[in-house]
Amino acid sequence: MKITRTFAAGAVSLAALLSASAAFADCGIQGAGSVRILSNDFEALRIINDVATSCATADVKVTANATAEHKNIQGPALTVNPAEYTVAVVANNSIVPLLNGDLIRPLDDLVAKYGASLQPNQLIKIDGKVMAIAFMGNGQHLFYRKDILEKAGVAVPTSYEEMLAAAQAIKDAGLMDYPLAASDKPGWDLAAEFVNMYLGTGGEFFAPGSAELAIDNDQGRKVLETMRAMTGFMNPDYLTYDANELNKVWDAGNVALMNQWGSLAGAAIDPAKANPEVAANTGFAAAPTIGGGTIPAAALWWDGFTIAKNISDADAEVSFQAMVKGISPETVAAHPDAATWLVAGYQPGPTAVGVIGNATGGARAYPMQPYMGLLHTALSTELADFIAGKEDADQALADVKAAYDAAAKEGGFLK
Amino acid sequence: MPHRTFFVFIFPSILAMVLFITLPILSVVVQSLFVQHEAVLITVENCTPFGCETQTRVDTAAMQKLQADQPMGQFAGFANYLNRNHLAVDEIGAILADNRGFGDVAARIFNLPFYKALSFTLVYCFLVTPLAMALGFAIALAVNTLPGLLKGPTIFVSILPMIITPLVGSLILAWMFNPSGILGATLQSLTGDPTLSLRASPVLTWIVLLVYGVWTNGPFSFVVFYAGLQTVPQDTVESAKIDGASRWEVTRHVIMPHLAPLATFVALVQLMDNFRVFEPIVGFSAEANATSLSWLVFNDLVGQDAQLFGSAASTSVITIVGVLILLTPVLRRTWREFNRKAV
Repeated sequence: MKITRTFAAGAVSLAALLSASAAFADCGIQGAGSVRILSNDFEALRIINDVATSCATADVKVTANATAEHKNIQGPALTVNPAEYTVAVVANNSIVPLLNGDLIRPLDDLVAKYGASLQPNQLIKIDGKVMAIAFMGNGQHLFYRKDILEKAGVAVPTSYEEMLAAAQAIKDAGLMDYPLAASDKPGWDLAAEFVNMYLGTGGEFFAPGSAELAIDNDQGRKVLETMRAMTGFMNPDYLTYDANELNKVWDAGNVALMNQWGSLAGAAIDPAKANPEVAANTGFAAAPTIGGGTIPAAALWWDGFTIAKNISDADAEVSFQAMVKGISPETVAAHPDAATWLVAGYQPGPTAVGVIGNATGGARAYPMQPYMGLLHTALSTELADFIAGKEDADQALADVKAAYDAAAKEGGFLK
Repeated sequence: MPHRTFFVFIFPSILAMVLFITLPILSVVVQSLFVQHEAVLITVENCTPFGCETQTRVDTAAMQKLQADQPMGQFAGFANYLNRNHLAVDEIGAILADNRGFGDVAARIFNLPFYKALSFTLVYCFLVTPLAMALGFAIALAVNTLPGLLKGPTIFVSILPMIITPLVGSLILAWMFNPSGILGATLQSLTGDPTLSLRASPVLTWIVLLVYGVWTNGPFSFVVFYAGLQTVPQDTVESAKIDGASRWEVTRHVIMPHLAPLATFVALVQLMDNFRVFEPIVGFSAEANATSLSWLVFNDLVGQDAQLFGSAASTSVITIVGVLILLTPVLRRTWREFNRKAV
């Protein structure tokens, strides 16, 4: 993964774009059946769905439903027999309920038969069995304003400590009142901020091999302290900012440094939509480290597809082939900037710098423990008072533990 | 009407109510008494594009056997109701046993998610209901004095907040109260405080949510009271005026007593509605400073990676019990009036 090839990649993509529409006419899918895709709703997934849908023939029917509600739909939809969807596009966290419910099938046979274009690192193996095929990486990483940093005379920060110092410098120089922003809205986003930073400290969330929570430690306190310190440089409305809102305040030119999703990097510098002054000065880098740590403080995410268990083998075969076509090197060559692809032949473009930086810097993946979702929920509500400045770190960690313990008991993970 | 005829008339409604109201509520009550099976965990090696890690996962084969034997999960009695995320009986006991005075007790109790949500729910319920009724009544009186030509358009504009979907309505107000929105910016320039943000502090957030509540609930009271005003006996009003009553005295002594039964009805409906406050919290992104019982149910079920059905069910049952308690005084009064009329 070399970033120096950016310019070449741009030229390649343009050529591929011109030839792309003709290339997909025949996908050569063997067999007959129905392909029904359920996925989240963002650009890269819409592209894949479109390519898969274009594979429809008289024998193969293809439909796709891209919706932000996919996490709530997938469980019930794959539980019925035959399942409502044959393909569920998932990520580190959303595959867990499907694994827990035994709703997706092992893909080893299908990979052997139809997976020639897949790379070994795309295979998500759970207990030795391939359960999902990853096609892109994602994660939160640093967005910075080159012009503002230059005027304030500071370098691109590589740690949260430098980020706070840079914010102070920008404020002192009178360039911005609120140079920082983060997705601190209580809910999924706030919890993700904590998870990112805690991963960066090298700490473990749970005692080994059990569901016992283990975040009440110095690392946990360091994370909360840093999150609190950041809010001092944020717009007073920071409690209402989620990831989508962050892109808007960034586009309005109100923020100089923030950690934001790699999948939204393209939108921030999109010449058709973004504010040209901001877009021209927007740079991306790996997520900062925290507390003297050496790895970027951000979770690594993969997005991949799974095949439902409760469907006929014929449907599973055509679904797998259609999805392999959807994530094929040709699709990626045609849309190199839509995501940080994990597919063969991908040449990273300018928007992939951050996620690749996280990966090469050794950032850790978002945990796949079956009870991680319960912890995420507990963090999402119990950190609200802390980040609003209404309670101290000890109280916040105690609250998280109490809320998690109650939920984990109900979920059958703790006695 | 013979009982038999009455029964035949009412049977379809009763059937529909049993099917669509009673049975779902019963299923929620049953659900709230169960927790999930004890998870059988195994340690496996998971490999992703970012490397291999040893992690625990659920042993699905073992779980399926448990599930087949007892499909509802483990019976837990009232454990879901009493745990820390709901009534928090043990925690409250601990707080009461060891504390540093009343302020400390209150702060620590409101730190518990259920009581935090309950406090906002009750404040919303008891402030918005009377204020919205007063607003609706005032609008009704005002519209009633308008000349015929203006009445139609005024009524239409007045009931707009009720026509708008609550979530959309709250989003519209949220954007207006945004520091760069029209109301937010105006307030900043009026107070001369460029950092003033109505979404930043708990008190201001609550006030905004209450204002939204009055705005969106006012029209319902207005419509009902306006209809009621059309039935006020004009001869009583006229004789009161001949006796020298002022406009306020006519309103106080003739119109208000006449509308009292309607007010009971409106209060009943509005209390029920407001106890289930939900949309403005999502619309205003106010989760940090205000949560409600309905929001707790939402948070257990939607938008997270793990769903807690037992927890959501017990919050729902507590909400239903809360509505019943709230309505008791009003229902008792209606019952007494009904008996008086029957005699």
